[in-house]
Amino acid sequence: MKNGGQEIVLEFNLKGADFETAGEASSKIKLVLQQIGVRSDIIRRIAIGSYEAEMNVIIHAYRGKITASISPQQTELLVEDEGPGIADINLAMQEGYSTAPDHIREMGFGAGMGLPNMSRCVDEFSIESVVDTGTKIRMVVRHG
Amino acid sequence: MVVKFMIDYFHSVRLTPEKCKGCVNCIKRCPTEAIRVREGRAKITESRCIDCGECIRRCANHAKAAVTDSLEDLKAYKYNIALPAPTLYAQFGIDTPVDVILCGLLSLGFDEVFEVAQGAEISSAAIREYLKSPNIKRPAISLACPAVVRLVQVKFPELLDNLIPVEAPVEFAAQLARDSCSKKLPYAREDIGVWFITPCPAKMTAVKQPLGFEKSDINGTIAISQIYGDLLKAIANIPRDSVCRKATAEGIGWALSGGENAAVKVGNCMIVDEIHNVSEVLEQVALGKLNKVDYIEALACAGGCIGGPLTVENRFVAQHRMRQRLEKMKAEDVARGTKPLEKPPTSSPVCPWRAIEPRPSMRLDQDIFKAMRKVELMEETLKKLPGLDCSSCGSPNCKALAEDIAQGLASETDCVFKLRERVRDLAQEMVDLAEKLPPPLEKESSEGPGK
Repeated sequence: MKNGGQEIVLEFNLKGADFETAGEASSKIKLVLQQIGVRSDIIRRIAIGSYEAEMNVIIHAYRGKITASISPQQTELLVEDEGPGIADINLAMQEGYSTAPDHIREMGFGAGMGLPNMSRCVDEFSIESVVDTGTKIRMVVRHG
Repeated sequence: MVVKFMIDYFHSVRLTPEKCKGCVNCIKRCPTEAIRVREGRAKITESRCIDCGECIRRCANHAKAAVTDSLEDLKAYKYNIALPAPTLYAQFGIDTPVDVILCGLLSLGFDEVFEVAQGAEISSAAIREYLKSPNIKRPAISLACPAVVRLVQVKFPELLDNLIPVEAPVEFAAQLARDSCSKKLPYAREDIGVWFITPCPAKMTAVKQPLGFEKSDINGTIAISQIYGDLLKAIANIPRDSVCRKATAEGIGWALSGGENAAVKVGNCMIVDEIHNVSEVLEQVALGKLNKVDYIEALACAGGCIGGPLTVENRFVAQHRMRQRLEKMKAEDVARGTKPLEKPPTSSPVCPWRAIEPRPSMRLDQDIFKAMRKVELMEETLKKLPGLDCSSCGSPNCKALAEDIAQGLASETDCVFKLRERVRDLAQEMVDLAEKLPPPLEKESSEGPGK
Protein backbone atom coordinates (compact mmCIF):
# COMPACT_ATOMS: atom_id res chain seq x y z
CA MET A 1 0.00 0.00 0.00
CA LYS A 2 1.23 3.43 -0.89
CA ASN A 3 -0.02 6.69 0.39
CA GLY A 4 0.41 9.98 -1.28
CA GLY A 5 -0.95 11.74 1.75
CA GLN A 6 -4.58 11.64 0.75
CA GLU A 7 -4.77 8.48 -1.23
CA ILE A 8 -4.62 4.80 -0.46
CA VAL A 9 -3.33 2.67 -3.30
CA LEU A 10 -4.02 -1.05 -3.22
CA GLU A 11 -2.39 -3.33 -5.76
CA PHE A 12 -3.23 -6.93 -6.46
CA ASN A 13 -1.58 -9.26 -8.91
CA LEU A 14 -3.94 -11.71 -10.59
CA LYS A 15 -3.21 -14.95 -12.33
CA GLY A 16 -5.33 -16.38 -15.14
CA ALA A 17 -7.39 -19.46 -14.16
CA ASP A 18 -6.57 -18.98 -10.47
CA PHE A 19 -10.12 -19.49 -9.21
CA GLU A 20 -8.97 -20.30 -5.71
CA THR A 21 -8.12 -16.71 -4.85
CA ALA A 22 -10.80 -15.19 -7.09
CA GLY A 23 -12.65 -12.40 -5.33
CA GLU A 24 -10.01 -11.80 -2.67
CA ALA A 25 -8.85 -8.54 -4.20
CA SER A 26 -12.40 -7.20 -4.40
CA SER A 27 -13.15 -8.28 -0.83
CA LYS A 28 -10.05 -6.49 0.39
CA ILE A 29 -10.94 -3.30 -1.51
CA LYS A 30 -14.44 -3.49 -0.04
CA LEU A 31 -13.06 -3.86 3.49
CA VAL A 32 -10.78 -0.83 3.18
CA LEU A 33 -13.71 1.23 1.89
CA GLN A 34 -15.74 0.13 4.92
CA GLN A 35 -12.86 1.00 7.22
CA ILE A 36 -12.61 4.53 5.93
CA GLY A 37 -16.38 4.96 6.14
CA VAL A 38 -17.50 5.21 2.50
CA ARG A 39 -21.31 4.95 2.16
CA SER A 40 -22.46 1.36 1.86
CA ASP A 41 -24.44 1.74 -1.38
CA ILE A 42 -21.33 3.21 -3.01
CA ILE A 43 -19.16 0.43 -1.65
CA ARG A 44 -21.55 -2.03 -3.22
CA ARG A 45 -21.10 -0.49 -6.67
CA ILE A 46 -17.32 -0.43 -6.36
CA ALA A 47 -17.25 -4.02 -5.12
CA ILE A 48 -19.39 -5.26 -8.00
CA GLY A 49 -17.31 -3.40 -10.59
CA SER A 50 -14.10 -4.64 -9.10
CA TYR A 51 -15.31 -8.22 -8.79
CA GLU A 52 -16.53 -8.41 -12.39
CA ALA A 53 -13.19 -7.05 -13.61
CA GLU A 54 -11.24 -9.38 -11.36
CA MET A 55 -13.19 -12.38 -12.67
CA ASN A 56 -12.67 -11.28 -16.28
CA VAL A 57 -8.91 -11.36 -15.80
CA ILE A 58 -9.06 -14.77 -14.14
CA ILE A 59 -11.38 -16.21 -16.78
CA HIS A 60 -9.84 -14.75 -19.94
CA ALA A 61 -6.31 -13.47 -19.35
CA TYR A 62 -2.91 -14.96 -18.50
CA ARG A 63 -2.09 -12.49 -15.79
CA GLY A 64 -3.15 -9.05 -14.70
CA LYS A 65 -3.21 -6.42 -12.03
CA ILE A 66 -5.89 -4.46 -10.20
CA THR A 67 -4.92 -1.10 -8.79
CA ALA A 68 -7.45 0.62 -6.56
CA SER A 69 -6.67 4.26 -5.81
CA ILE A 70 -8.90 5.37 -3.00
CA SER A 71 -9.19 9.03 -2.08
CA PRO A 72 -11.81 10.63 0.17
CA GLN A 73 -13.69 11.77 -2.97
CA GLN A 74 -13.54 8.74 -5.23
CA THR A 75 -12.23 5.29 -5.98
CA GLU A 76 -10.46 4.58 -9.23
CA LEU A 77 -10.03 1.00 -10.37
CA LEU A 78 -7.44 0.26 -13.00
CA VAL A 79 -7.47 -3.28 -14.31
CA GLU A 80 -4.76 -4.25 -16.77
CA ASP A 81 -4.17 -7.69 -18.15
CA GLU A 82 -1.96 -9.61 -20.52
CA GLY A 83 -4.25 -11.83 -22.52
CA PRO A 84 -6.09 -12.47 -25.75
CA GLY A 85 -7.70 -9.02 -25.78
CA ILE A 86 -11.15 -8.24 -27.14
CA ALA A 87 -11.65 -8.14 -30.90
CA ASP A 88 -14.93 -6.25 -30.94
CA ILE A 89 -15.49 -4.15 -27.84
CA ASN A 90 -18.95 -2.98 -28.91
CA LEU A 91 -20.04 -6.58 -29.20
CA ALA A 92 -18.50 -7.42 -25.83
CA MET A 93 -20.40 -4.57 -24.23
CA GLN A 94 -23.71 -6.17 -25.23
CA GLU A 95 -25.53 -8.07 -22.54
CA GLY A 96 -25.33 -11.81 -23.00
CA TYR A 97 -22.41 -11.75 -25.43
CA SER A 98 -19.68 -14.01 -24.16
CA THR A 99 -16.55 -15.69 -25.45
CA ALA A 100 -16.14 -17.78 -22.31
CA PRO A 101 -15.65 -21.48 -23.09
CA ASP A 102 -18.15 -24.09 -21.88
CA HIS A 103 -16.13 -25.25 -18.87
CA ILE A 104 -16.16 -21.69 -17.51
CA ARG A 105 -19.89 -21.32 -18.12
CA GLU A 106 -20.47 -24.58 -16.29
CA MET A 107 -18.89 -22.96 -13.24
CA GLY A 108 -21.52 -20.24 -13.41
CA PHE A 109 -19.25 -17.60 -14.93
CA GLY A 110 -19.01 -16.08 -18.38
CA ALA A 111 -22.69 -15.24 -18.81
CA GLY A 112 -21.78 -12.23 -20.92
CA MET A 113 -22.79 -9.76 -18.23
CA GLY A 114 -19.35 -8.73 -17.00
CA LEU A 115 -18.63 -5.62 -19.06
CA PRO A 116 -22.25 -4.37 -19.15
CA ASN A 117 -22.48 -4.85 -15.36
CA MET A 118 -19.25 -2.95 -14.80
CA SER A 119 -20.19 -0.01 -16.97
CA ARG A 120 -23.64 0.15 -15.34
CA CYS A 121 -22.45 0.37 -11.73
CA VAL A 122 -19.63 2.91 -12.07
CA ASP A 123 -19.58 6.64 -12.83
CA GLU A 124 -16.79 6.55 -15.39
CA PHE A 125 -15.86 3.60 -17.56
CA SER A 126 -13.29 3.24 -20.29
CA ILE A 127 -11.83 0.22 -21.99
CA GLU A 128 -8.92 -0.30 -24.35
CA SER A 129 -7.96 -3.61 -25.81
CA VAL A 130 -5.40 -4.95 -28.24
CA VAL A 131 -5.94 -8.43 -29.65
CA ASP A 132 -3.25 -10.91 -28.53
CA THR A 133 -1.82 -8.32 -26.13
CA GLY A 134 -4.30 -7.44 -23.44
CA THR A 135 -7.05 -5.27 -22.06
CA LYS A 136 -7.05 -2.20 -19.90
CA ILE A 137 -10.16 -1.04 -18.02
CA ARG A 138 -10.49 2.12 -15.97
CA MET A 139 -13.46 2.69 -13.71
CA VAL A 140 -14.22 5.55 -11.34
CA VAL A 141 -16.88 5.66 -8.67
CA ARG A 142 -17.40 8.96 -6.88
CA HIS A 143 -18.08 8.74 -3.16
CA GLY A 144 -20.41 11.72 -2.92
CA MET B 1 -4.25 1.23 28.91
CA VAL B 2 -7.89 2.15 28.80
CA VAL B 3 -10.16 0.06 26.65
CA LYS B 4 -13.28 1.84 25.56
CA PHE B 5 -16.38 -0.16 24.93
CA MET B 6 -19.61 1.21 23.59
CA ILE B 7 -22.68 0.99 25.75
CA ASP B 8 -25.38 2.13 23.34
CA TYR B 9 -26.60 -1.38 22.73
CA PHE B 10 -28.41 -3.94 24.76
CA HIS B 11 -26.98 -7.42 24.50
CA SER B 12 -28.18 -10.63 26.03
CA VAL B 13 -24.79 -12.30 25.72
CA ARG B 14 -22.78 -11.43 28.81
CA LEU B 15 -19.64 -12.50 30.58
CA THR B 16 -19.58 -13.97 34.06
CA PRO B 17 -16.18 -12.51 35.02
CA GLU B 18 -15.37 -14.92 37.87
CA LYS B 19 -15.70 -17.89 35.49
CA CYS B 20 -13.54 -16.43 32.71
CA LYS B 21 -9.97 -17.72 32.69
CA GLY B 22 -8.88 -15.32 30.00
CA CYS B 23 -8.26 -18.05 27.44
CA VAL B 24 -8.66 -17.12 23.79
CA ASN B 25 -11.16 -19.73 22.59
CA CYS B 26 -14.10 -17.36 22.27
CA ILE B 27 -12.23 -14.53 20.56
CA LYS B 28 -11.07 -16.80 17.75
CA ARG B 29 -14.60 -17.95 16.90
CA CYS B 30 -16.42 -14.63 17.06
CA PRO B 31 -17.68 -13.89 13.51
CA THR B 32 -17.41 -10.12 13.94
CA GLU B 33 -14.16 -10.13 15.95
CA ALA B 34 -16.04 -8.43 18.79
CA ILE B 35 -14.14 -9.96 21.72
CA ARG B 36 -10.75 -9.08 23.18
CA VAL B 37 -9.06 -10.50 26.25
CA ARG B 38 -7.92 -7.68 28.50
CA GLU B 39 -6.72 -7.89 32.10
CA GLY B 40 -7.35 -11.61 32.12
CA ARG B 41 -10.99 -11.39 31.04
CA ALA B 42 -12.86 -11.54 27.77
CA LYS B 43 -14.48 -8.25 26.89
CA ILE B 44 -17.21 -7.86 24.31
CA THR B 45 -17.22 -4.77 22.10
CA GLU B 46 -20.92 -4.03 22.20
CA SER B 47 -21.14 -2.27 18.85
CA ARG B 48 -19.90 -5.38 17.07
CA CYS B 49 -21.71 -8.12 19.01
CA ILE B 50 -24.54 -9.72 17.03
CA ASP B 51 -25.65 -12.06 19.86
CA CYS B 52 -25.10 -15.16 17.76
CA GLY B 53 -24.00 -17.10 20.81
CA GLU B 54 -20.86 -18.62 19.27
CA CYS B 55 -18.89 -17.58 22.37
CA ILE B 56 -21.44 -19.26 24.64
CA ARG B 57 -20.97 -22.47 22.69
CA ARG B 58 -17.20 -22.15 22.63
CA CYS B 59 -16.52 -21.39 26.31
CA ALA B 60 -15.46 -24.51 28.21
CA ASN B 61 -15.74 -22.62 31.50
CA HIS B 62 -19.33 -21.52 30.85
CA ALA B 63 -18.26 -17.94 31.45
CA LYS B 64 -20.43 -16.66 28.61
CA ALA B 65 -24.12 -16.73 29.23
CA ALA B 66 -27.29 -15.19 27.88
CA VAL B 67 -29.38 -13.05 30.14
CA THR B 68 -32.96 -14.26 29.94
CA ASP B 69 -35.98 -13.95 32.17
CA SER B 70 -37.23 -16.61 34.58
CA LEU B 71 -40.55 -18.08 35.66
CA GLU B 72 -40.42 -15.73 38.67
CA ASP B 73 -40.99 -12.81 36.30
CA LEU B 74 -44.45 -14.12 35.45
CA LYS B 75 -45.70 -12.72 38.77
CA ALA B 76 -45.59 -9.19 37.39
CA TYR B 77 -48.56 -9.93 35.09
CA LYS B 78 -52.16 -10.99 35.64
CA TYR B 79 -52.25 -13.39 32.70
CA ASN B 80 -49.29 -15.15 31.12
CA ILE B 81 -48.91 -16.67 27.69
CA ALA B 82 -46.04 -18.97 26.72
CA LEU B 83 -44.79 -18.85 23.14
CA PRO B 84 -42.75 -22.03 22.72
CA ALA B 85 -40.29 -22.15 19.82
CA PRO B 86 -40.78 -25.37 17.85
CA THR B 87 -37.22 -26.31 18.83
CA LEU B 88 -38.59 -27.02 22.32
CA TYR B 89 -40.40 -30.09 20.97
CA ALA B 90 -37.13 -31.68 19.88
CA GLN B 91 -35.69 -31.53 23.39
CA PHE B 92 -37.95 -34.44 24.32
CA GLY B 93 -38.16 -37.96 22.95
CA ILE B 94 -40.73 -38.73 20.30
CA ASP B 95 -42.78 -40.73 22.79
CA THR B 96 -43.64 -37.42 24.50
CA PRO B 97 -46.27 -35.89 22.21
CA VAL B 98 -46.12 -32.18 21.41
CA ASP B 99 -49.53 -31.81 23.06
CA VAL B 100 -48.09 -33.13 26.32
CA ILE B 101 -45.14 -30.69 26.17
CA LEU B 102 -47.51 -27.79 25.58
CA CYS B 103 -49.81 -28.83 28.42
CA GLY B 104 -46.70 -29.21 30.58
CA LEU B 105 -45.97 -25.52 30.05
CA LEU B 106 -49.43 -24.71 31.43
CA SER B 107 -48.63 -26.51 34.64
CA LEU B 108 -45.49 -24.35 35.09
CA GLY B 109 -47.64 -21.29 35.67
CA PHE B 110 -48.60 -20.13 32.19
CA ASP B 111 -52.29 -19.50 31.62
CA GLU B 112 -52.13 -20.12 27.92
CA VAL B 113 -49.80 -21.51 25.28
CA PHE B 114 -49.54 -20.09 21.77
CA GLU B 115 -47.17 -21.90 19.46
CA VAL B 116 -44.54 -19.87 17.61
CA ALA B 117 -45.05 -22.37 14.77
CA GLN B 118 -48.48 -20.78 14.21
CA GLY B 119 -46.70 -17.48 13.67
CA ALA B 120 -44.32 -19.29 11.30
CA GLU B 121 -47.27 -20.18 9.08
CA ILE B 122 -48.12 -16.49 8.74
CA SER B 123 -44.48 -15.55 8.09
CA SER B 124 -44.26 -18.26 5.42
CA ALA B 125 -47.36 -17.04 3.61
CA ALA B 126 -46.25 -13.39 3.86
CA ILE B 127 -42.75 -14.15 2.53
CA ARG B 128 -44.27 -16.11 -0.35
CA GLU B 129 -46.43 -13.08 -1.23
CA TYR B 130 -43.49 -10.68 -0.95
CA LEU B 131 -41.32 -12.76 -3.28
CA LYS B 132 -43.95 -12.54 -6.01
CA SER B 133 -43.14 -8.86 -6.50
CA PRO B 134 -40.80 -8.30 -9.45
CA ASN B 135 -39.37 -5.09 -8.02
CA ILE B 136 -37.55 -6.38 -4.96
CA LYS B 137 -33.80 -6.56 -4.46
CA ARG B 138 -32.62 -10.08 -5.10
CA PRO B 139 -31.51 -12.25 -3.55
CA ALA B 140 -34.04 -11.45 -0.85
CA ILE B 141 -32.73 -12.44 2.56
CA SER B 142 -34.96 -13.84 5.27
CA LEU B 143 -35.40 -11.81 8.42
CA ALA B 144 -36.21 -14.81 10.57
CA CYS B 145 -32.84 -15.08 12.28
CA PRO B 146 -32.05 -11.96 14.33
CA ALA B 147 -28.34 -12.77 14.53
CA VAL B 148 -28.18 -12.78 10.72
CA VAL B 149 -30.01 -9.45 10.59
CA ARG B 150 -27.48 -8.02 13.03
CA LEU B 151 -24.63 -9.45 10.98
CA VAL B 152 -26.02 -7.57 7.97
CA GLN B 153 -26.29 -4.36 10.00
CA VAL B 154 -22.74 -4.62 11.31
CA LYS B 155 -20.78 -6.19 8.46
CA PHE B 156 -22.93 -5.92 5.32
CA PRO B 157 -24.94 -2.70 5.64
CA GLU B 158 -25.05 -2.53 1.82
CA LEU B 159 -27.41 -5.54 1.92
CA LEU B 160 -30.05 -4.06 4.22
CA ASP B 161 -32.39 -3.50 1.26
CA ASN B 162 -32.22 -7.20 0.49
CA LEU B 163 -33.84 -8.13 3.81
CA ILE B 164 -37.45 -9.28 3.50
CA PRO B 165 -39.68 -6.91 5.48
CA VAL B 166 -41.76 -9.70 6.99
CA GLU B 167 -41.79 -10.14 10.73
CA ALA B 168 -40.24 -13.19 12.35
CA PRO B 169 -42.70 -15.94 13.40
CA VAL B 170 -42.44 -15.14 17.09
CA GLU B 171 -43.55 -11.53 16.51
CA PHE B 172 -46.68 -12.67 14.64
CA ALA B 173 -47.36 -15.22 17.36
CA ALA B 174 -47.00 -12.61 20.10
CA GLN B 175 -49.34 -10.15 18.38
CA LEU B 176 -52.00 -12.78 17.73
CA ALA B 177 -51.78 -14.18 21.24
CA ARG B 178 -52.02 -10.81 22.93
CA ASP B 179 -54.82 -9.64 20.64
CA SER B 180 -57.01 -12.68 21.09
CA CYS B 181 -56.51 -12.63 24.86
CA SER B 182 -57.29 -8.98 25.31
CA LYS B 183 -60.45 -9.52 23.28
CA LYS B 184 -61.79 -12.57 25.07
CA LEU B 185 -60.53 -11.84 28.59
CA PRO B 186 -61.11 -8.93 30.96
CA TYR B 187 -57.45 -7.88 30.92
CA ALA B 188 -55.83 -4.79 29.49
CA ARG B 189 -53.08 -5.52 26.94
CA GLU B 190 -50.40 -4.44 29.43
CA ASP B 191 -51.67 -6.92 32.05
CA ILE B 192 -50.83 -9.79 29.75
CA GLY B 193 -47.31 -11.21 29.92
CA VAL B 194 -46.12 -12.77 26.65
CA TRP B 195 -43.05 -15.01 27.05
CA PHE B 196 -40.95 -16.51 24.31
CA ILE B 197 -39.46 -19.89 25.23
CA THR B 198 -36.28 -19.52 23.21
CA PRO B 199 -33.28 -21.51 21.98
CA CYS B 200 -31.50 -18.31 21.08
CA PRO B 201 -29.81 -15.33 22.77
CA ALA B 202 -30.29 -13.13 19.70
CA LYS B 203 -34.07 -13.37 20.13
CA MET B 204 -33.66 -12.08 23.67
CA THR B 205 -31.80 -9.07 22.34
CA ALA B 206 -34.39 -8.63 19.60
CA VAL B 207 -37.10 -8.37 22.23
CA LYS B 208 -35.25 -5.74 24.25
CA GLN B 209 -34.06 -3.91 21.17
CA PRO B 210 -36.46 -4.65 18.32
CA LEU B 211 -34.97 -4.90 14.85
CA GLY B 212 -37.53 -3.43 12.54
CA PHE B 213 -40.62 -2.73 14.60
CA GLU B 214 -41.68 0.09 16.84
CA LYS B 215 -42.07 -2.21 19.79
CA SER B 216 -42.06 -5.93 20.30
CA ASP B 217 -45.22 -7.57 21.60
CA ILE B 218 -43.08 -9.94 23.64
CA ASN B 219 -42.49 -9.05 27.29
CA GLY B 220 -39.60 -11.38 27.90
CA THR B 221 -37.77 -14.50 26.90
CA ILE B 222 -36.99 -17.63 28.87
CA ALA B 223 -34.22 -19.94 27.72
CA ILE B 224 -35.25 -23.48 26.86
CA SER B 225 -32.27 -24.66 28.92
CA GLN B 226 -33.57 -22.76 31.93
CA ILE B 227 -37.08 -24.14 31.85
CA TYR B 228 -36.17 -27.67 30.80
CA GLY B 229 -35.73 -29.26 34.23
CA ASP B 230 -39.06 -28.00 35.54
CA LEU B 231 -40.82 -28.92 32.33
CA LEU B 232 -39.40 -32.46 32.37
CA LYS B 233 -40.85 -32.98 35.86
CA ALA B 234 -44.19 -31.42 34.94
CA ILE B 235 -44.59 -33.55 31.83
CA ALA B 236 -44.58 -36.75 33.88
CA ASN B 237 -48.00 -35.79 35.27
CA ILE B 238 -49.66 -34.79 32.01
CA PRO B 239 -52.15 -37.25 30.49
CA ARG B 240 -50.80 -38.62 27.21
CA ASP B 241 -54.05 -37.97 25.35
CA SER B 242 -54.08 -34.20 25.96
CA VAL B 243 -54.72 -32.06 22.90
CA CYS B 244 -52.98 -28.69 22.74
CA ARG B 245 -51.24 -28.52 19.38
CA LYS B 246 -52.71 -26.15 16.81
CA ALA B 247 -49.73 -25.50 14.54
CA THR B 248 -49.15 -27.56 11.43
CA ALA B 249 -46.09 -29.67 10.73
CA GLU B 250 -45.08 -27.04 8.18
CA GLY B 251 -44.86 -24.29 10.80
CA ILE B 252 -43.07 -26.56 13.24
CA GLY B 253 -40.54 -27.50 10.56
CA TRP B 254 -39.07 -23.98 10.80
CA ALA B 255 -36.95 -25.29 13.68
CA LEU B 256 -34.75 -27.06 11.14
CA SER B 257 -32.48 -25.44 8.59
CA GLY B 258 -34.44 -25.55 5.32
CA GLY B 259 -37.75 -25.71 7.15
CA GLU B 260 -38.53 -22.11 6.40
CA ASN B 261 -38.21 -22.61 2.69
CA ALA B 262 -40.08 -25.91 2.85
CA ALA B 263 -43.00 -23.83 4.12
CA VAL B 264 -42.46 -20.81 1.84
CA LYS B 265 -42.06 -23.09 -1.19
CA VAL B 266 -39.93 -20.97 -3.49
CA GLY B 267 -37.97 -23.04 -5.94
CA ASN B 268 -34.93 -20.84 -6.38
CA CYS B 269 -33.98 -20.65 -2.72
CA MET B 270 -30.55 -21.04 -1.20
CA ILE B 271 -30.20 -22.33 2.33
CA VAL B 272 -27.19 -21.53 4.48
CA ASP B 273 -26.63 -22.17 8.16
CA GLU B 274 -23.90 -21.51 10.75
CA ILE B 275 -22.83 -17.91 11.17
CA HIS B 276 -19.40 -18.14 9.48
CA ASN B 277 -20.96 -19.81 6.46
CA VAL B 278 -23.64 -17.13 6.42
CA SER B 279 -20.94 -14.47 6.46
CA GLU B 280 -19.18 -16.07 3.47
CA VAL B 281 -22.40 -16.29 1.49
CA LEU B 282 -23.30 -12.67 2.27
CA GLU B 283 -19.83 -11.67 1.06
CA GLN B 284 -20.72 -13.30 -2.27
CA VAL B 285 -24.05 -11.46 -2.35
CA ALA B 286 -22.17 -8.21 -1.72
CA LEU B 287 -19.93 -8.88 -4.72
CA GLY B 288 -23.01 -9.37 -6.88
CA LYS B 289 -22.40 -13.08 -7.44
CA LEU B 290 -25.81 -14.33 -6.33
CA ASN B 291 -28.15 -12.02 -8.22
CA LYS B 292 -29.88 -14.96 -9.84
CA VAL B 293 -30.98 -16.44 -6.52
CA ASP B 294 -34.50 -15.38 -5.46
CA TYR B 295 -34.28 -15.92 -1.78
CA ILE B 296 -31.78 -16.92 0.88
CA GLU B 297 -32.77 -18.64 4.09
CA ALA B 298 -29.86 -17.82 6.37
CA LEU B 299 -29.58 -19.09 9.92
CA ALA B 300 -26.84 -18.31 12.44
CA CYS B 301 -26.84 -21.71 14.13
CA ALA B 302 -25.59 -24.89 12.50
CA GLY B 303 -28.65 -26.97 11.71
CA GLY B 304 -30.96 -23.99 12.24
CA CYS B 305 -32.74 -22.94 15.45
CA ILE B 306 -32.56 -26.50 16.66
CA GLY B 307 -28.81 -25.94 17.11
CA GLY B 308 -29.40 -22.85 19.25
CA PRO B 309 -26.98 -22.26 22.13
CA LEU B 310 -29.77 -22.22 24.74
CA THR B 311 -31.00 -25.72 23.97
CA VAL B 312 -30.37 -28.83 26.03
CA GLU B 313 -30.27 -31.71 23.59
CA ASN B 314 -27.41 -32.47 21.22
CA ARG B 315 -28.17 -30.94 17.84
CA PHE B 316 -28.05 -34.17 15.86
CA VAL B 317 -30.23 -36.00 18.34
CA ALA B 318 -32.68 -33.10 18.24
CA GLN B 319 -32.66 -33.05 14.41
CA HIS B 320 -33.36 -36.75 14.27
CA ARG B 321 -36.25 -36.42 16.71
CA MET B 322 -37.66 -33.44 14.88
CA ARG B 323 -37.67 -35.27 11.56
CA GLN B 324 -39.44 -38.21 13.14
CA ARG B 325 -41.95 -35.90 14.79
CA LEU B 326 -42.62 -34.04 11.55
CA GLU B 327 -43.40 -37.26 9.69
CA LYS B 328 -45.85 -38.23 12.38
CA MET B 329 -47.43 -34.80 12.57
CA LYS B 330 -47.89 -34.58 8.81
CA ALA B 331 -50.02 -37.71 9.01
CA GLU B 332 -51.92 -36.24 11.96
CA ASP B 333 -52.48 -32.98 10.07
CA VAL B 334 -54.08 -34.90 7.21
CA ALA B 335 -56.30 -36.81 9.67
CA ARG B 336 -57.27 -33.60 11.49
CA GLY B 337 -57.82 -31.77 8.23
CA THR B 338 -55.49 -28.90 9.21
CA LYS B 339 -53.68 -27.12 6.42
CA PRO B 340 -51.10 -24.34 6.47
CA LEU B 341 -52.16 -20.87 5.35
CA GLU B 342 -52.22 -20.21 1.62
CA LYS B 343 -52.12 -16.43 1.96
CA PRO B 344 -51.27 -14.14 4.84
CA PRO B 345 -54.46 -13.16 6.68
CA THR B 346 -55.37 -9.60 5.80
CA SER B 347 -56.80 -9.16 9.27
CA SER B 348 -53.54 -10.10 10.96
CA PRO B 349 -52.19 -7.32 13.11
CA VAL B 350 -49.07 -5.88 11.61
CA CYS B 351 -46.84 -3.48 13.50
CA PRO B 352 -45.63 -0.44 11.59
CA TRP B 353 -42.48 -1.46 9.79
CA ARG B 354 -39.44 0.60 10.64
CA ALA B 355 -36.37 0.50 8.46
CA ILE B 356 -33.55 -1.55 9.88
CA GLU B 357 -30.66 0.80 10.50
CA PRO B 358 -27.11 0.07 9.45
CA ARG B 359 -24.68 -0.35 12.33
CA PRO B 360 -21.38 -0.36 10.44
CA SER B 361 -18.66 -1.17 12.90
CA MET B 362 -15.73 -1.67 10.57
CA ARG B 363 -15.16 2.08 10.23
CA LEU B 364 -11.89 3.13 11.87
CA ASP B 365 -12.63 6.81 12.34
CA GLN B 366 -15.43 9.30 11.77
CA ASP B 367 -12.93 11.52 9.93
CA ILE B 368 -12.11 9.99 6.56
CA PHE B 369 -8.54 11.37 6.55
CA LYS B 370 -7.83 9.94 9.97
CA ALA B 371 -9.46 6.66 8.94
CA MET B 372 -7.20 6.50 5.87
CA ARG B 373 -4.12 7.07 8.03
CA LYS B 374 -5.30 4.29 10.33
CA VAL B 375 -5.75 1.93 7.37
CA GLU B 376 -2.21 2.70 6.32
CA LEU B 377 -0.85 2.22 9.84
CA MET B 378 -2.77 -1.02 10.13
CA GLU B 379 -1.29 -2.38 6.90
CA GLU B 380 2.23 -1.38 7.89
CA THR B 381 1.86 -2.94 11.32
CA LEU B 382 0.42 -6.12 9.89
CA LYS B 383 3.54 -6.61 7.77
CA LYS B 384 5.66 -6.55 10.93
CA LEU B 385 3.55 -9.03 12.90
CA PRO B 386 4.38 -12.75 12.69
CA GLY B 387 1.07 -13.77 11.05
CA LEU B 388 0.64 -16.79 13.31
CA ASP B 389 -2.77 -15.64 14.56
CA CYS B 390 -2.01 -17.14 17.96
CA SER B 391 -4.26 -14.69 19.85
CA SER B 392 -1.83 -14.53 22.79
CA CYS B 393 -2.06 -10.74 22.55
CA GLY B 394 -5.77 -10.92 23.37
CA SER B 395 -6.87 -9.97 19.86
CA PRO B 396 -8.34 -12.70 17.64
CA ASN B 397 -5.60 -12.59 14.99
CA CYS B 398 -2.67 -10.50 13.77
CA LYS B 399 -4.93 -8.41 11.55
CA ALA B 400 -7.17 -7.54 14.48
CA LEU B 401 -4.11 -6.66 16.60
CA ALA B 402 -2.90 -4.38 13.82
CA GLU B 403 -6.32 -2.73 13.88
CA ASP B 404 -6.24 -2.40 17.68
CA ILE B 405 -2.78 -0.84 17.46
CA ALA B 406 -3.98 1.61 14.78
CA GLN B 407 -6.86 2.50 17.08
CA GLY B 408 -4.48 3.08 20.00
CA LEU B 409 -6.02 0.21 21.94
CA ALA B 410 -2.97 -2.05 21.91
CA SER B 411 0.76 -1.83 21.37
CA GLU B 412 3.18 -3.80 19.25
CA THR B 413 4.81 -5.40 22.30
CA ASP B 414 1.45 -7.01 23.17
CA CYS B 415 2.61 -9.55 20.60
CA VAL B 416 4.78 -12.11 22.43
CA PHE B 417 7.00 -12.50 19.38
CA LYS B 418 7.56 -8.78 19.02
CA LEU B 419 8.19 -8.59 22.75
CA ARG B 420 10.79 -11.34 22.49
CA GLU B 421 12.45 -9.48 19.64
CA ARG B 422 12.60 -6.34 21.73
CA VAL B 423 14.01 -8.23 24.75
CA ARG B 424 16.61 -9.85 22.50
CA ASP B 425 17.61 -6.48 21.05
CA LEU B 426 17.83 -4.98 24.53
CA ALA B 427 19.90 -7.93 25.77
CA GLN B 428 22.24 -7.50 22.83
CA GLU B 429 22.58 -3.84 23.62
CA MET B 430 23.41 -4.67 27.24
CA VAL B 431 26.10 -7.10 26.15
CA ASP B 432 27.53 -4.46 23.84
CA LEU B 433 27.50 -1.90 26.62
CA ALA B 434 29.04 -4.32 29.13
CA GLU B 435 32.01 -4.77 26.83
CA LYS B 436 32.66 -1.07 26.72
CA LEU B 437 35.42 0.34 28.95
CA PRO B 438 36.14 3.87 30.09
CA PRO B 439 38.78 5.48 27.82
CA PRO B 440 41.76 5.14 30.30
CA LEU B 441 41.25 1.36 30.41
CA GLU B 442 40.71 0.87 26.73
CA LYS B 443 43.41 -1.22 25.20
CA GLU B 444 45.14 0.12 22.16
CA SER B 445 44.12 -1.81 19.17
CA SER B 446 46.85 -2.98 16.85
CA GLU B 447 45.48 -0.90 14.05
CA GLY B 448 44.59 1.99 16.30
CA PRO B 449 44.87 5.62 15.42
CA GLY B 450 48.42 6.37 14.52
CA LYS B 451 50.56 8.26 16.96
